Amino acid sequence: MKKAFLPLLLLAAAMFAYAPVVIAHADYESTMGLVQKVMYFHAPSGMVMLMSAVVCGVASALYLWKKDPAADRVAIAAAELTALFGLIVLVTGPLWARKAWGVWWVWEARLTMSFVGWLIAVGYLFVRKYGGPGSDKLGAALAVFCTANVPFLYCSFNIWRTMHPMTTVVPTLQPGMRGAFWFSALTLFLLYGLLLTARIHLERQRTALDQLYLAEED
Amino acid sequence: MMRRLLLVVWLLAGAVAPVLAFQPPAAQSEYVPVKDLPPVDQLPAAPLLVAAYSFIWLAAMFYLWTIWRRLGKVEAEMRALEQRRSHSNR
Amino acid sequence: MFVRTALLVLRKDFAIEVKSREILYTTLLFALSCVLVFSIAFVKEGEPLEDAAAGILWIAIEFAGTLALGRTFERERYGETLRALLLAPAPRAAIYVGKMLGIVVLLTVCELLLVPLVALLFRSRLFEEPVLLVVLLLTGTIGFAVVGSLFAAMLVRARTRDVMLPILLYPMTVPLMIGGVRGTVALTQTPVDQASAVMWIVLLLCMDAVFLVLALWTFEPLMTE
Repeated sequence: MKKAFLPLLLLAAAMFAYAPVVIAHADYESTMGLVQKVMYFHAPSGMVMLMSAVVCGVASALYLWKKDPAADRVAIAAAELTALFGLIVLVTGPLWARKAWGVWWVWEARLTMSFVGWLIAVGYLFVRKYGGPGSDKLGAALAVFCTANVPFLYCSFNIWRTMHPMTTVVPTLQPGMRGAFWFSALTLFLLYGLLLTARIHLERQRTALDQLYLAEED
Repeated sequence: MMRRLLLVVWLLAGAVAPVLAFQPPAAQSEYVPVKDLPPVDQLPAAPLLVAAYSFIWLAAMFYLWTIWRRLGKVEAEMRALEQRRSHSNR
Repeated sequence: MFVRTALLVLRKDFAIEVKSREILYTTLLFALSCVLVFSIAFVKEGEPLEDAAAGILWIAIEFAGTLALGRTFERERYGETLRALLLAPAPRAAIYVGKMLGIVVLLTVCELLLVPLVALLFRSRLFEEPVLLVVLLLTGTIGFAVVGSLFAAMLVRARTRDVMLPILLYPMTVPLMIGGVRGTVALTQTPVDQASAVMWIVLLLCMDAVFLVLALWTFEPLMTE
């Protein structure tokens, strides 16, 4: 596992560097033109963010009820990555929207939900850092509540009309675009996996350090 | 060990990627069929696209760097603890 | 046993509050100050902006509620009574429910004053459908109290509890606020949009149910160290 880390990271970096070439060869979209190509990173980042949030939620639930410390490590790593990819989504989205819709931001379903989800992820990180004793459990409860909240967030936001492209865009992508999309998606998923592994490793080292301190005190 | 690996990768990525990324994409400066022309707009799209791509690069690299830095601190502390323990054992 | 414990905790909080009325009065006055500040932002040339009243009402409830939560649990922390409560041979979830009901009662009393005041100050026709309005307010308040009591109880030992509570609470209660505000807006339309209001009430009820169940499940593992 550890030996594979470096070559995989190099691969991810190479793929990411090569991605613009792939994207440039993809078909032009008729109504939005060049700026639509932001989608190739924006949409997969959104997918990664959601996936990371789910990982965090599941790990937090495991930690809260099974008290498994490994689950806690996964939870905090996934939360950091949710915040990171959420930030990517929230920055690349408006950059696309400015050109495509004429405005930087619109308060409707998916945008607001991404924003709220990102705020909760950052809140989780704040709790872990500044929460004091018992903050790991509180963070876990927060993540579990967030996961339970998702359908309600989605429902309540969705009752307004939306400008955001529907999720049906991805399965119905034209063949000329499909390759570029899945290449970018694969790159980002690979990057996510690698960052998650690195972060969990850091957390494991921290736990080991704490054990060493405790052993020294005895 | 992990730290050094991360450092090497980070430097490589930072050096190689912009070179590859900012080469002019071949297909675009050639013909674009009339029906594919984007609607005329005051805003040029290319800077936005470039900004989005660069942001992702910067964000990922920054995050990797923070992991590397934190890992460095933890491993330094572990080494210090080990040294203290070996000293006290003598 | 469960219900008795919850009601006992509620009675205890009520008894303490009735003596000094400290939290009640300060929360009320804070809500009024909120309304004043919002009037500066949302009143244009003496006329309130359309549908501003609904938003102002719910924001005032949320802000005042956050403060009330903080102060209630601060009182527990100060007297070190939270630990005593947890040591008691009572189901922990019942203690949580008791505290939560206390917050609901407190906020309801605040709303009794706030709602007519907002209706008056912002010339909003909030009382077209009083029954629906009451149900809407109740479901929204219960949802807010459920989530807030849990987070406030957990943050009691944290150093940064004052600022962490809003940071955690506000994103989590966004769907509740949306439901409350949109439902109130529906009730203040000129032909009252009953269908929308009822839909939001049902959605709020579902949220309340899910949050309550989750809170009851997580209170136990959270409070054990």
